[in-house]
Amino acid sequence: MSGAGLTRRSFLQVVGAGGAGLLMAIYLPHRLLADPSDTGGENTAFTPSVFLRIDPDGTVTVVTGRCELGQGAHTAMAMLIAEELEADWSRVRVEQAPAHPTLYGSMTTGGSSSVRGGWNRLRQAGAAAREMLIAAAAATWGLPASECRAEQGWVIHTGGRRLGYGDLAAAAAKQPLPSDPPLKAARDFRLIGHGAPRLDMEAKANGSAKFGLDVRRPGQLTAAVARCPVFGGKAKSWNEAAARAVPGVRAVFSVPSGVAVVADSTWAALQGREALAVVWDEGAEAALDGAEIARRFAALAEQEGKTARDDGDFATAFAGAARRLEAVYEQPYLAHAALEPGNCTAHVTRDGVEIWAPTQGPQWAQSAAAEAAGVPIEKVLLHTTWSGGAFGRRLMPDFVVEAVEVAKHVTGPVQVVWTRADDLAHDFHRPASHHRLAAGLDGDGRLIAWRHRIVSQSIGAQHFGQGAYDDEPDAVDGAKQWPYQVPNVRVEHVLATLPVPIGWWRSVYNTQNAFVNECFLDECAAAAGVDPLAWRLGLLPAGDRLRGVLERAASAAGWGGPVPAGRARGLAAHACFGSFVAHVAEVSLSGSGGIVVHRLTCAVDCGVAVDPGGIRAQVDGSVALALSAVLFGEITLEKGRVRQRNYDDYPVLTNDRMPEIDVHIIANGDPVGGIGEPPLPPVAPAVANALFALTGRRVRRLPIRPADLRG
Amino acid sequence: MTGSQLIVNGAPRICEAAPDTPLLWVLRDELGVTSVKYGCGEGLCGACTVHLDGEPVRSCTMTLADAAGRSITTVEGLAATGHPLVAAWVAEQTSQCGYCQPGQIMTAAALLARNPHPSDEQIVTAMSDNLCRCGTYHRIRRAVRRAADGQEQR
Repeated sequence: MSGAGLTRRSFLQVVGAGGAGLLMAIYLPHRLLADPSDTGGENTAFTPSVFLRIDPDGTVTVVTGRCELGQGAHTAMAMLIAEELEADWSRVRVEQAPAHPTLYGSMTTGGSSSVRGGWNRLRQAGAAAREMLIAAAAATWGLPASECRAEQGWVIHTGGRRLGYGDLAAAAAKQPLPSDPPLKAARDFRLIGHGAPRLDMEAKANGSAKFGLDVRRPGQLTAAVARCPVFGGKAKSWNEAAARAVPGVRAVFSVPSGVAVVADSTWAALQGREALAVVWDEGAEAALDGAEIARRFAALAEQEGKTARDDGDFATAFAGAARRLEAVYEQPYLAHAALEPGNCTAHVTRDGVEIWAPTQGPQWAQSAAAEAAGVPIEKVLLHTTWSGGAFGRRLMPDFVVEAVEVAKHVTGPVQVVWTRADDLAHDFHRPASHHRLAAGLDGDGRLIAWRHRIVSQSIGAQHFGQGAYDDEPDAVDGAKQWPYQVPNVRVEHVLATLPVPIGWWRSVYNTQNAFVNECFLDECAAAAGVDPLAWRLGLLPAGDRLRGVLERAASAAGWGGPVPAGRARGLAAHACFGSFVAHVAEVSLSGSGGIVVHRLTCAVDCGVAVDPGGIRAQVDGSVALALSAVLFGEITLEKGRVRQRNYDDYPVLTNDRMPEIDVHIIANGDPVGGIGEPPLPPVAPAVANALFALTGRRVRRLPIRPADLRG
Repeated sequence: MTGSQLIVNGAPRICEAAPDTPLLWVLRDELGVTSVKYGCGEGLCGACTVHLDGEPVRSCTMTLADAAGRSITTVEGLAATGHPLVAAWVAEQTSQCGYCQPGQIMTAAALLARNPHPSDEQIVTAMSDNLCRCGTYHRIRRAVRRAADGQEQR
């Protein structure tokens, strides 16, 4: 390893030179959420995030700690480098780095951040490597670099000579790092804005793709853990002999999360667990149910909450308003219900711990595993596998910690398998919420006062303590940034403390708050007798990006034009994670009163469209998850436990209910925004507003029950 | 124990698992065929779909005894024989996380086997018992369409 040079900005370093090819380390900003346009910043103690390697055989490898959950982040990150590198896409691959506290920057894959964080730096790194390859070729030939160009993995001289990147890599590593390599103009992009075949598609079509549950180590055993169905309960007694009597069961023991049964096969472990017949000490919350939570929320909603935003003087404006509107909105807990249920494979040895986990938070999992195993963090080797969906669930380290606790009792590797029922009962659910809304219109029908009071649990408070909540209440995300120009605005939060485990669910609190924002705003428009689109545009300044997506979606959907008989349209918009999205939904009711969403017309402004196909896929995915929540999604509690146990009582959207989706991408070259989450929040309010247009009934709770649309 | 015989993608295999073991776990744990996915264990999601003597079945709700002596095809088997659906799935860039896709492809293959020229509506109907949480449904429809149209041309 030798440091061949540092750029002035110190975000790029050549860390490997000589016969092994070219290895370059790239630093990405950690605080990209604070400033997604960050291109520089001093990085005095160089800490890399992504590695770029060009091997002597010409293979271009991008090594990242970011996780591939299905969102295509690996392909998109590689595209940014390959574009400037002028790589041959068929020779590009991505390697998932094992967990490390510092070597790969933040490995946490959430917040729609992988492409946003890499937009500038990954392109600059590709450009620097390209210039070094050109310089190496020019030196080899004794010709001026200005007469050479890079193309499809070759450096080519105007005279016709050419050398492949593999042959040049070692010499390129000895070239000085260019401090300011030129970046391509957008019109010259071959990949960005056009898309490239995803790097994981073949494996995912021919059966060779390996997920966490597909990990197979020599001598591996399988475990199932019986966990108390009631939050906070503990195992009191169990029938160990009965479990051991199941053929294939090897061991039965208690772990902090419950009682583990280890067996030769998954089926034996599950049968052994069944035979345990655990008697539970259900603890203090064994009576908790949905009605009790609704009562607690309603009582808390009488209080004034912690102020998140206070523009003007809401109370005075509301008191003096010519017309006052008030409404209560309610939303349930939601499970993530990724198709691949929880699982983790762990092997505890005298030297440390080796883990294979479908995680989206490798570093948290690694540190929690080290603590559970009682070893220093460098003794934990954690391999991140592909995830069969994640949606935020796999940010939590609980399933990794549990596997380590089980593995401490086992000689050899052991895979802890969760059933679907385990996955639903022991999820970290999207928080339920209760919202009190109040708005005032003046004598001319203008919106002059808006108050949004939210009652919910705080993910930050539950996992990181009250201090995290006090510093920055998370539950107001998407509400405090309410974008409309109204002089008197109050946003408040009342903290509910409940034993229900909660966590991040694709777009997090934006899901609940966008639904409420956009439905109640529609109520105000209806009260004022103004078209919902005109009403919103009247509250947004010219040039506003939210205005841009509203106008685009509305015009593409034919807003204001004829609607097929028996159908109606509604719209909604929301901004989060650096992007702006508007949807127009077209709905009808079936003969039996069921809700039919025929079409969603979507406008997305994510600044730069790195991969249009990937953006469309993320819109489709957001719509599928959001419509599942609109039509069916509800985790309910009874006797302190989750009632739902499989896809029959926690249904998710099926192919025949997937609406037509028409996506319009606005790419004005603004700072690149996220795409994994922003299309999700405006789906539910667009559908609810369309149902109001159709039926005259306001939907104020989710999921939408056909009965709410009658009478 | 003499074991039960299965013919998996054309190859005879002897399984030692108890006869009441779900075929899913026999395939995954004993035979190492991990493309057959566990998603629900109750025949609700379709991720474990395989062909049994050419018919699509949910391997999670079928026992080893039910399948003994019979012929099982998984997506590896389709890929090995160059089934047009595998290439169509890649061409349409169908997958997101990819976890449900082996089951989707097996269901689609069963559809095309019994109806080589399905209407769009027939495709949607046939594919609506296989869940995908990532929203790849439109690309699934297009991939089936592409494979069916390709077959028509031959």
